[in-house]
Amino acid sequence: MPSGIKTGLELRDVRIGLDGRELVAVDLVIEPGEIVTLMGPSGSGKSSLLGHICGTLPDQFKVAGQVILDGQSLDGKAPQDRHVGILFQDDLLFPHLSVGGNLAFALSTNVRGKANRRARVEEALMSADLDGFADRDPATLSGGQRARIALMRVLLSEPCALLLDEPFSKLDSDLRGQIRSFVFNLCRKNGLPTLMVTHDPEDGIAAGGRVINLA
Amino acid sequence: MIGPVSAGLIGTLLPAFGILPALGGTGPGLDPWVALFEQPGLWHSVRLSLVNGLIASFVSVAIVVLFCAAWQGTRIFRVMQRILSPILSVPHAAAAFGLAFLIAPSGWIARLVAQFAGWDRPPDLAIIHDPLGLAMIAGLVAKEIPFLFLMTLAALPQADTERTARITATLGYGRIAGWFKATLPRIYPQIRLPVLAVLAYSTSVVDVAIILGPTTPAPLAVRILGWLSDPDLALRFMASSAAILQLIIVLMAMVIWMTGEKIIGVMGRHWAENGQRFKRDQGARHGSAVLAILATGAIILGLVILLIWSVAGFWGFPEILPRSFSLRLWQREYDAIGSSLGTTLLIAVPTVIIAVALVLGCLENEVRQAHKPGRGVMWLIYLPLLVPQISFMFGLQVFFTLIGLERTLISVVLAHLVFVLPYVFLSLSDPFRALDPRYGQTALCLGASPSGVFWKVRLPLLTRAILTAMAVGLAVTVGQYLPTLLIGAGRFATVTTEAVALASGGDRRMIGIYGLLQMVLPFAGFACALLIPAILFRHRRGMSAHNRG
Repeated sequence: MPSGIKTGLELRDVRIGLDGRELVAVDLVIEPGEIVTLMGPSGSGKSSLLGHICGTLPDQFKVAGQVILDGQSLDGKAPQDRHVGILFQDDLLFPHLSVGGNLAFALSTNVRGKANRRARVEEALMSADLDGFADRDPATLSGGQRARIALMRVLLSEPCALLLDEPFSKLDSDLRGQIRSFVFNLCRKNGLPTLMVTHDPEDGIAAGGRVINLA
Repeated sequence: MIGPVSAGLIGTLLPAFGILPALGGTGPGLDPWVALFEQPGLWHSVRLSLVNGLIASFVSVAIVVLFCAAWQGTRIFRVMQRILSPILSVPHAAAAFGLAFLIAPSGWIARLVAQFAGWDRPPDLAIIHDPLGLAMIAGLVAKEIPFLFLMTLAALPQADTERTARITATLGYGRIAGWFKATLPRIYPQIRLPVLAVLAYSTSVVDVAIILGPTTPAPLAVRILGWLSDPDLALRFMASSAAILQLIIVLMAMVIWMTGEKIIGVMGRHWAENGQRFKRDQGARHGSAVLAILATGAIILGLVILLIWSVAGFWGFPEILPRSFSLRLWQREYDAIGSSLGTTLLIAVPTVIIAVALVLGCLENEVRQAHKPGRGVMWLIYLPLLVPQISFMFGLQVFFTLIGLERTLISVVLAHLVFVLPYVFLSLSDPFRALDPRYGQTALCLGASPSGVFWKVRLPLLTRAILTAMAVGLAVTVGQYLPTLLIGAGRFATVTTEAVALASGGDRRMIGIYGLLQMVLPFAGFACALLIPAILFRHRRGMSAHNRG
């Protein structure tokens, strides 16, 4: 477990290369509750950077630098021990589980007792205005509902930092604004250092934080 | 894969040169070869194996690519896709029996003709066991078409065929010409290994040859089995050299085939660039459909006739249907049926479970190590399918005897595993690799351990694909004739060994029963693979996308 002190997510001179070519180089600190937007064309290594932070980057990539979360280095840690949550442009709700099952999947085993776990799931559904959805099949939900469930799922896993990989690009434009503010509000409320990669400038504007352009 | 195949080949190679201490062969020598070359009609058998294998493979490949070229993306194509998958699971022996019952002089087609021609006795023609082996070729072609078709189908998406077809059409090419000129060159490298496997199989087939093939003399592989089963143990040495000769024949067939590939490749490039459009290809298109339907129809109809024979009472020659039906034989054979099904399952269950576990382990390891296997790995997987069974099965038997495992369930399961693994791998690897890796990443980032991801995310998502792979594996073990017979040394009477053993007797009702029994288990397997996920995930609509395994 990271220490109790929340100091945010620090990327200390992180460089990612593939086949001798440098894809991306960043050096930045994201404060708790801050949302930093990383803009860049596709192929600029944005998603590789997120993969590196959450520990799922294939090892043919060459990486240098340090990733530090709340004062502790993440390098060499297994993804499941990092407490870094990630949201992709697809919601990736597990199709074989119910909505409630998806949320319970994310709950730590420290939350004991069936009733207790169920209560936490219901609570999360309530805060997403989806009360009573626990037994629904995720495939029967609308895109906006699925996006909210996906966020609630990440938050239930109690991450110490959040990564957003073009999370709104697949949503209809009228829905996009709504989901954006839902996600951003919860990031700030939970004090999560958040790194978003996108190629939609409006995402950056809506996030209201720093915007970094990758060449 | 290399282990058992090379152990088997060495175990065959040594006795071929007179070395097999267990039978008193100690010195290296050429005696077995001398004895082999003195066998009457040896070269005739060799020619039959080589020529018929090449013809059968070429005809199967030709029909499959022609049909794909002519009908890809149409309704009849999708219908074929549906029909051919279950046919793939029909063991070779059952399909061959069905075909025999259909085309024999007293078979169903002759009966149909007799209604109009007024025959009252079967025509005096050697249609089955014909000296040229045409019936055997027909049987092989009909049975290999589903396999090659499904392998081609798997390769199609990787070559962007739908859009290619649209482009060639707008450039003014006929369907078939456009497909042959633009798509086939991209597809063929992907189906080359399966094609070579078909070639190796057709050139060294035993069970189909016993049922449909020429008898005087028989193709080499059948004669080898005869020598191996001969009470005169001294013949084992000659049989070993013959098994090596069989391996050489298969290698020769492959060399001839690959030379043909080269020539067609060079000619094809010129042909592709000469601009001929072949716009009017209706005739060829319909022709290819007729051939494909004929081959499929023959197997289905043959199986129906197996079913009818198994419950037939008196059924005289020109009659289309028996005069009466009876379950008498089924009742008489009740115990024997139960025990042969039991033996079949006794081998199949451990084989399939081990195969699926090993394949899942390999694939999961591939995901965790995040590395993609190269082409060489595919050759390894296909190796047991490219080496003639009879050439290394005897050697494997020698090897098992050496380590004290002869005639045990363990050794039979291991021998089956050699052939089941490739098919299970082929069936499972595509869906496994097609699974969105971000599901796994998401689960890890939610705090699940790698094994948790495997058990709680990947396995459930792949339920249908895993069950299908198990059904494929089951169909393969049920259909194994040589490994069961040789490695089990006759101790394991499965539905397939029993059925092939009936071939010489000619009791059609018994053949009908055992032919059907061969299909019961594979069909049950595929039914489970369809039903279990449908029931398990009946409230999960999103699973249907993952259920196309």
